[in-house]
Amino acid sequence: MLKVENVTKVYKVGTFGGRTLTAVDAVSFEVRPGEVVSLIGESGSGKSTIGKMILGLIPMTGGTITVDGVPVKPGRDYYRSVQGVFQDPFSCYNPVFKADRVFQLIKDSYYPSVPGKEWTERVHSAIEDVRLNPREVLGKFPHQLSGGQLQRLLIARALLLDLKLLIADEITSMLDASTRIDVLNLLAELKGRGLSVLYVTHDLSLGHYLAERTVVLRSGAVVEMGLTHKVFDDPLHPYTRQLLSSVPRLHAPWEDAPPVETCLYHERGATGGLYEAEPGHFVACAKLDDC
Amino acid sequence: MTATTALPTEERVVRREALYFAVRNPKLVIGFSIVLVLALTGLFGPVILGVDAPNEYVAMPMLPPTSEYWFGTTTQGQDVFVQFVYGLRTTILAGAIGGGIAAVIAMVIGFVAGYRGGMVDEVLNMLTNIVLVIPTLAVLLIINAYLGIRSVGMQALLIGLTSWPWAARAIRAQTFSLRSRDFVDLARLSGVGTPRIIAREIAPNMSSYLFMTFILLFGSSVLIAASLDFIGLGPTEGVSLGLMLQNATQWSALQLGLWWWFVPPGAAITAVVGALYVANVGLDEVFNPKLRET
Repeated sequence: MLKVENVTKVYKVGTFGGRTLTAVDAVSFEVRPGEVVSLIGESGSGKSTIGKMILGLIPMTGGTITVDGVPVKPGRDYYRSVQGVFQDPFSCYNPVFKADRVFQLIKDSYYPSVPGKEWTERVHSAIEDVRLNPREVLGKFPHQLSGGQLQRLLIARALLLDLKLLIADEITSMLDASTRIDVLNLLAELKGRGLSVLYVTHDLSLGHYLAERTVVLRSGAVVEMGLTHKVFDDPLHPYTRQLLSSVPRLHAPWEDAPPVETCLYHERGATGGLYEAEPGHFVACAKLDDC
Repeated sequence: MTATTALPTEERVVRREALYFAVRNPKLVIGFSIVLVLALTGLFGPVILGVDAPNEYVAMPMLPPTSEYWFGTTTQGQDVFVQFVYGLRTTILAGAIGGGIAAVIAMVIGFVAGYRGGMVDEVLNMLTNIVLVIPTLAVLLIINAYLGIRSVGMQALLIGLTSWPWAARAIRAQTFSLRSRDFVDLARLSGVGTPRIIAREIAPNMSSYLFMTFILLFGSSVLIAASLDFIGLGPTEGVSLGLMLQNATQWSALQLGLWWWFVPPGAAITAVVGALYVANVGLDEVFNPKLRET
């Protein structure tokens, strides 16, 4: 389905672009049909950049991204099957227009010949699919709706297309706890329909809740990836361990994170890449720089 | 009752809200009234007066204002009121054409530079800065010397072509901040092309700003046109408020005490530009809820 291979993004910074900043460094992973993969990383790890490159919103510096074997080509045809939902629902709506204009844009681009009445029915059923009442949400301005409603409307918007892959970029981070679980359950339901979801998040527990497989990013590079329960129950990379221990727990007080150990896989010849610790569970060298 | 039926009414409510504050804003009402009265005078005055040539010698020279010649006559016996009405038309026309051309150029360059960024922005920004530092008067002097500005339209065109840079810079900066908003990305994900994104997503967010830009450019075009006329770089045909001032100076109206010759055009230029700036402050209050005084 989605194949990300050796994708790199280098920004030019400083006066006249004199220095470079590597935001994403040779990242490779895969999302299979009907699978939810969570892309976990802290702020600045390049996870949103990867999401935006898959959506073709920013160009790649190197590598390839293919969806069903077809390379990313920003345009009408590509967005028919690949869509994104972003972090801040309030910023996703043009504040001077009604919120339901997002549906109109889809109709104008993809279904100009569908008669108005049939289109209204389709919109209504998509809105009902995300468990909203069309009467409550249509015809209103974005500021008259809640963050959860707006976010679900954006998912409904994506459902109007022949969607195969959804890039969900931190879609629950602006929502309160109860709305968040509704949106997550909605994503789980979409997965049941055969939709692939790349769930970009910094929240480990949300990633764990939803995803079959997990990719852990650190400063633009993959440090560990594999089945979610393997990564979470038996983290191999010191960074993953540190990350997991930094999740606040309900019934345990704060404790020190384990120290970062020395190179784990250097001696086994895994420098510069990922080492397959067990089938399907990859881990990077812990001290890549000075190995 | 579905959303489709609810849509137009609510949109009207929002427009009505802007109109509600607009008609209750004294600055806006007074400013626009003055401009409107002067513009209508310029537009319909010549028709009502039924005079074809405002520079015709019609009466005794140097007559003070009378019931027959409202603003008196010039040293050559021309009717100052007829000249004033025609001059008003020319001056407002110069403002509208010059301001309009400048606003269109500023929008195109500002939007494209701000939205595209990168190399396109660098080039357009350089062009903007070059035009910004060119001394307009010197350029117009040279153009006048070589080509000669013969008509008001030509003069307005040259003013429009040289007065857009600051507006382009301002629009570019606004576009920069708007294009990074997620709704622009979402429009791209909906298969909307760049020109439509600029026109339908970004521009509506700054419509009040664009409107005010046009008003300010209009006012500055009137001023530039008047100053060009006054220093003798104006159109050689017809009459404008600036040309009236120039003639009055050349024929020593001030020394001869012919105040009716230069006060009306001077007052009208001041009134048009002043009223536009007052209206602009009022518009600011209408569009920006934080500035409303009530």
